[in-house]
Amino acid sequence: MNHPVSKPPAWQEAVFNVLKAGGVKQIAYVPDAGHSHAIRSAIADPEIEDVVLTTEEEGVALVSGAWLGGQRAVLLMQSSGVGNCVNMFSLLQAADFPFFTLVTMRGEYAEFNGWQGPMGKATQAALELMGIHVLRAAHPDEVEEIVSAGFDAAFEGGDKVAVLLGQSLIGRKKWERN
Amino acid sequence: MGTNVSSKRADRREFVSRLLAAVPDALVVTGLGSASYDVFAAGDRDTNYYLWGAMGGSTSLGLGLALAQPDKAVVVITGDGEQLMGIGSLATIAAKLPRNLTIVVLDNGHFGETGMQRSHSSLGSDLVAVAKGFGIADAFSTDSPDGCADIARRIKARQGTAFAQVFIEANEPPRALPPRDGPFIKNRFRAALGLKPF
Repeated sequence: MNHPVSKPPAWQEAVFNVLKAGGVKQIAYVPDAGHSHAIRSAIADPEIEDVVLTTEEEGVALVSGAWLGGQRAVLLMQSSGVGNCVNMFSLLQAADFPFFTLVTMRGEYAEFNGWQGPMGKATQAALELMGIHVLRAAHPDEVEEIVSAGFDAAFEGGDKVAVLLGQSLIGRKKWERN
Repeated sequence: MGTNVSSKRADRREFVSRLLAAVPDALVVTGLGSASYDVFAAGDRDTNYYLWGAMGGSTSLGLGLALAQPDKAVVVITGDGEQLMGIGSLATIAAKLPRNLTIVVLDNGHFGETGMQRSHSSLGSDLVAVAKGFGIADAFSTDSPDGCADIARRIKARQGTAFAQVFIEANEPPRALPPRDGPFIKNRFRAALGLKPF
């Protein structure tokens, strides 16, 4: 079944442009609507390997392996996935790998599904507990600058960085289908 | 035949030593624990990447490395327990099937590092069937050091992802501890590939 592809929001285009301009060669992901443009673009780009994961911690190890082999790789996930990664984040500290992840938030804005609440509310703290620097973008016009700043801190400065993309960017999820 | 019950089993140190001697140019990633001791005991190399934690991550790390270095052979050597914790990564690998990635699971059917508790692979799980089911068609098992030649040939050929389950004896050879300094192991590995510090 094909979903019609409408023009993506400008902030989503800006996210992929930062990754592409920064020389990212592998994009690992567990899908989310907020990452759909970056995922679609990675699949379409012959210079970028798109890697769909069964669980997010695979991505932490995968992007570290990419760096070991001389490539920049990033991890795209939803806030629930951060919880799946916690022990694997040890790798980043123990070996001092640069790390960059983009996290679309759930459980914080007009959330219809209360099951997203516990991990969504703990996402930033969980990242910080594991030594990852957290930036947040909540407005479309700041996404490009904040993603770019986090990206440079990771790959130019060697930091471990997560940029949280606020749920308000994605907007209210439509649950009823006509 | 009962699942994974083989009376004949290979000696892990001999097997790993022979395998690595046959693939001097391969990039090697180890799972934590005994597999890393086996690889270190076979001779330390700058292009060995030893994990001391990140359980379940060896195969995913190997995938990222294999995609980044398509012209080099990448071998992941791990144990059944470590592979089981990251079992979904075999599906992730199967979705990419890099031609230069070989996974070698040293399977003693037990968690050797924590007191030899039985693992799933001696309680009914068939890792070769799992790998094939995920989509790694070239998945097979061996219980003899002579199986090294087949695995080494695949590693050197770089013609497709391979998954080898090696039945080994459930013993504990003397500890041979690789370096634990994570940045050192990483930087040494990258330098061997000619990569510069950022």
